[in-house]
Amino acid sequence: MKARAFRYVRAASLDDALSAYAGADGECSYIAGGQSLVPALALRLQAPDLLIDISRLPEMTGISLEGDTLRVGALTRHSEMLSSPEIARHAPLLKAAAPFVAHPAIRNKGTFGGTIALADPAAEFPAMCLALDAEFEIAGVEGQRTSPANGFFHGLFDTDLQPGEIITAIRIPGFGPNDRCVFHEFARRRGDYAMAGAGIQATLIDEQVESIKIAFLSAGPTPMRAPHAEAQLTGGPLSGERIEAAQHALAEDLEPEDNDDTSAAMRMHLARVLLGRLLTRLAHPEHGQERRQQ
Amino acid sequence: MTDVLAKPLSAVDRPNSYIGRSVTRPNAKRLLSGKGRYVTDMKLPRMLYAAFVRSPYAHAKILNIETRDAAQLEGVHLIATGTDLAKLCKPWVGTLDHFHGMKSPPQLPLPVDKVVWAGQAVVAIVASSRALAEDAAEHVVVEYEELDVVADLEAACRRDSPVINPDLGSNLSFTLKLESGNVESAFADAAVTAEKTFLFGRHTAVTLEPRTIIADYNPAEEQLTVHHATQTPYQFQDIYSRYYGIAESRVRVIAPDIGGSFGMKLHVYHEDMAVVGLSMMLGRPVKYTADRMESFLSDIHARDHRVTASLAADADGNLLGMRVDDATAIGAFSSFPRTSVVEGNQVVRLMGAPYRFRNYRGDLKVVFQNKVQTSQYRAVGHPIACSVTEALVDDIAQQLGLDPFEIRRRNIITQDMYPYTSPTGYKFERLSHEACLEKLPELMDYPSLRRQQQELRAKGIHRGIGIATFVEITNPSPAFYGVGGARISSQDGAIVKVTPSGEIQCLISIGEHGQGTETIVGQIVAETLGVDRDTVRVITGDTEVTPYGGANWACRGAGIGGETALQAGKKLKQNILHVAAAILQAKPDDLDMQNAQIVDAGTDNVRISLADVARISYFRSDTLPAGTSPQLTAAHHYSPQGYPFAFTNGVQGCHVEVDVETGFTRILDVWIVEDCGRVINPLLVDEQIRGGIIQGLGAAFFEECRYGETGQLENGSLADYLVPMSFEMPDIHIAHIETPTLDTELGAKGVGEAGTAAASAAAMNAVNDALKPFNVSMSQIPMTPQRLLRALGHG
Amino acid sequence: MTERVPVSMKVNGETVERFVEPRMTLADFLREELELTGTHTGCEMGACGACLVLLNGQAVHACLTFAVQTSGDSVETVEGLSSSRVIADIQNAFHNANALQCGFCTSGMLVTAHELLSQGGVPSREDIRDRLSGNYCRCTGYQAIVDAIQSVARARAAEAEPSARPE
Repeated sequence: MKARAFRYVRAASLDDALSAYAGADGECSYIAGGQSLVPALALRLQAPDLLIDISRLPEMTGISLEGDTLRVGALTRHSEMLSSPEIARHAPLLKAAAPFVAHPAIRNKGTFGGTIALADPAAEFPAMCLALDAEFEIAGVEGQRTSPANGFFHGLFDTDLQPGEIITAIRIPGFGPNDRCVFHEFARRRGDYAMAGAGIQATLIDEQVESIKIAFLSAGPTPMRAPHAEAQLTGGPLSGERIEAAQHALAEDLEPEDNDDTSAAMRMHLARVLLGRLLTRLAHPEHGQERRQQ
Repeated sequence: MTDVLAKPLSAVDRPNSYIGRSVTRPNAKRLLSGKGRYVTDMKLPRMLYAAFVRSPYAHAKILNIETRDAAQLEGVHLIATGTDLAKLCKPWVGTLDHFHGMKSPPQLPLPVDKVVWAGQAVVAIVASSRALAEDAAEHVVVEYEELDVVADLEAACRRDSPVINPDLGSNLSFTLKLESGNVESAFADAAVTAEKTFLFGRHTAVTLEPRTIIADYNPAEEQLTVHHATQTPYQFQDIYSRYYGIAESRVRVIAPDIGGSFGMKLHVYHEDMAVVGLSMMLGRPVKYTADRMESFLSDIHARDHRVTASLAADADGNLLGMRVDDATAIGAFSSFPRTSVVEGNQVVRLMGAPYRFRNYRGDLKVVFQNKVQTSQYRAVGHPIACSVTEALVDDIAQQLGLDPFEIRRRNIITQDMYPYTSPTGYKFERLSHEACLEKLPELMDYPSLRRQQQELRAKGIHRGIGIATFVEITNPSPAFYGVGGARISSQDGAIVKVTPSGEIQCLISIGEHGQGTETIVGQIVAETLGVDRDTVRVITGDTEVTPYGGANWACRGAGIGGETALQAGKKLKQNILHVAAAILQAKPDDLDMQNAQIVDAGTDNVRISLADVARISYFRSDTLPAGTSPQLTAAHHYSPQGYPFAFTNGVQGCHVEVDVETGFTRILDVWIVEDCGRVINPLLVDEQIRGGIIQGLGAAFFEECRYGETGQLENGSLADYLVPMSFEMPDIHIAHIETPTLDTELGAKGVGEAGTAAASAAAMNAVNDALKPFNVSMSQIPMTPQRLLRALGHG
Repeated sequence: MTERVPVSMKVNGETVERFVEPRMTLADFLREELELTGTHTGCEMGACGACLVLLNGQAVHACLTFAVQTSGDSVETVEGLSSSRVIADIQNAFHNANALQCGFCTSGMLVTAHELLSQGGVPSREDIRDRLSGNYCRCTGYQAIVDAIQSVARARAAEAEPSARPE
């Protein structure tokens, strides 16, 4: 399992990376953490002629709070989601999902921007960006633009990114005083791709749901929001009845596929069970979910 | 009887007492500092690297092979096809005489006419790096004509099925019918019967170090040296010699550190045979390491069985008889030299083994498939026989309202029945089923588990407790392979010598894979000779250095190898005492050895040191009395001639929690009470057992090779073939009972496979116990969430 | 494209400079160019943990990094950790607990254990099993490995604050 030969260049700056891509002879690929790209190269599923290393660009590192918005550099490693005090305080849903992302050594190297750009429907963070209503800062030869997470994921491994564009940062609305979040996934083994996974972030005032965002992974060709389920829950308490209605409504939101030894029907079933359990946890703050840290 | 057996375990007063003690492995230190010497690490001067072009089709004629473009590429030294290697290598056939009527087509290193499984190596590339060899492989063009694929066990048995090997007439490799007593009347008289059809997933070993080989042919000396990650260098010395026509004394096979084997690395692989030929063609060392994808495609598989079985009992729960129909799917040919039918043979013979019933009928069908070959893999056949037996026993128990322990108590072979011959011809010297069955519930705290189960059920939490009684084959005699004509040795040899400084070297034909062979041999030799075990160096795994022997498989290392070391040590001791007596002008019988000193027997009175005896023997033989000829090297070979196998036994318990909404099962606890005869080193035995159990739990919940209709392996990667990892696995609680075999002085039996034998059986029984309120049961492994949910009526 | 390019990095404290193909993984670089064969390859796709090394102090899969990517960085392999003795107590614990058999997973296990134990505290058995979830072992039952790591954690905690109670 040796990769096909390629040339390698290490970008010194964002502009350097973008022009290297634009001027490349043959097929080209950016490499950041490489935790998904390198196996694909080893298996010869991909064989670019040129690898442009963007893993050290200072413009893409760092986590900072700008007003009410958390700006997370695209090169933030998955492991930082577990260790960063800013993430814990302002985007605890990412921290809740992080332990499920692959394994510790992968988390040390894999990047936030990388996993979003790949848009694997079974990945945790792209789905959480949907649940957080995140926005992506994107750099291209034409300049900078932002793209909301909602609408960014077009299809299987297909995003709004144009060839040569690089996600430089992810902007996340801050976690408010009335916000709660939960995450869980069903996976055969710790770190495996989930059979069903979901994260929820909600604002509750006097136990009434003012707003709720539910996002699923492994439930369709892209990470999926669940607007029909959300509609069943908004404007009321997290009662057993409303939870059941939300579970029922999931059929309109998700598009799981038959896969391996897991049928679409089973994935749908697991998604419903998962939603029920997460909403129950959300309703009972003492039972292990994230609240705003004081 | 010597001191060795009579001394109590872990006696503090007797010096150099090691047998029975938990001592650490001296050779583990280098493994802990990254200094292991695996074949994958080795580089020889001017060594080249092999890669293979593999067939994308499961069954196809080879029409044409175009290698011109590939041959021009940078770094390519040789491209070889089946025709090239057929000029050098004789074909081999994977049959044995004692499997009457067994059929298998002859095999060559690379195929000439057709390919018979998807992933089969077709063309060999040798280049100056593996990467360059893979580059070149992409430029080889093979033209195929697809043939009908046989990838379904049922279909393969039908008359209208395409036949993989037309010369052999059908897809049947072997059939066997066993009959004992009167099964018809047993079932006619029965008060209750249980019948199920069981499906067992096809498994692969997934050793962490993949298969790897370096063949180094030196044309100037016509000498072949092979550095081989194998369990049995002696077998391969014989095979390379005979099939490549090289004199046996000029074939050297070295088996250094190995990163796991579990039986998988016992068998002949086409790639390995090809690599020998490639080295001969080039006159240079050629290395091949199967990468992980290739491992999944080409390592032997195992355990692909469909078993329909029924069990009959009277109203008191006495088992009356059993009927078994076992169909097993192997590859397109039988493996060599151990065949692909041993597993099925053991399945039908091990059914019901712990129990007293005498009426039995077993039917075995071994069927070719267009899939990779199958062969022996840890616990060969035992998990299937145990799962079928123990599930049916539980079913009968449930029908009669009997506790699972109780029904087993009523039916197991008891202490007064030995020696005992099973209805299938297995001879048990002495087992300890009763003692194990008594100890297990205590170890598990069974009553409180049942109480807890009841309480939690009321809250909708579904826990299950399952047990499984097992026997395990160890210490095999020539009855296993030799009688069938295989040149597989059932004996072992050891050479023990005193070094000039009075230390000890032991060269022995059993091997070290990490189970601790070198350690236990060191313990045995040190204790026998009365020396510190730190001064005993054990050497294994080199046909030019160590004596010829069977090496390691079927749990024979401790029992047979250990006895070999013991007897060799005793011989050497006599030789030492003989010289010492001559020096001291005493009688050898009046002397003994302890702490590397020769003492007056029965006392601590030191007469002379072993170092002095050695010094005098080697350097000052002029000072010895006339006629004294020191023989400070002793050799001994040991061949089991008593029972054909030394059976061991035990019981396992498994405690699970099934999430009935998701189908996920949490394994809470596992317990085992096992009897492997005399335990030489509990520390080593315990983790061997645990490793074996984990493999069985992998089988129960995670592992299976999935195939598509066209014979493609669909989940051939570590992401998709799920091996057990730490987070899902439980702590395992172990208790020992020791019933030594009297066939040897050492009394040790084997233990490496015991854990695997019953783990999936106990797990299946546990899951079915959890599911009792739902009136459903599982009879297929792995028990995936999908299958559980389907059984429960969801998804 | 198979031209070699220069790389320079610190490996086990020593600066090394070589010419390599860009496609050469760090794992192959360590094993073949530097003959540091203590880092093993079991899958070449980041699924088994046999190839773990420390890259700038953090555990990463050497098979998931190309050597060219690590030019300028600092790598520590099991050999380096062993000779600097920072993992001596872990190695001893593994040895005493029989937490290895064939040894092929051991280097990776030691790197994971080292990183976990460097965080301090006494992790629970579940924490340890979670941390080891990316390290495949086929020989042992994982249990002895968990035992070994737990014993080191306790010993280190006791040494750090003899009066403190373990968690």
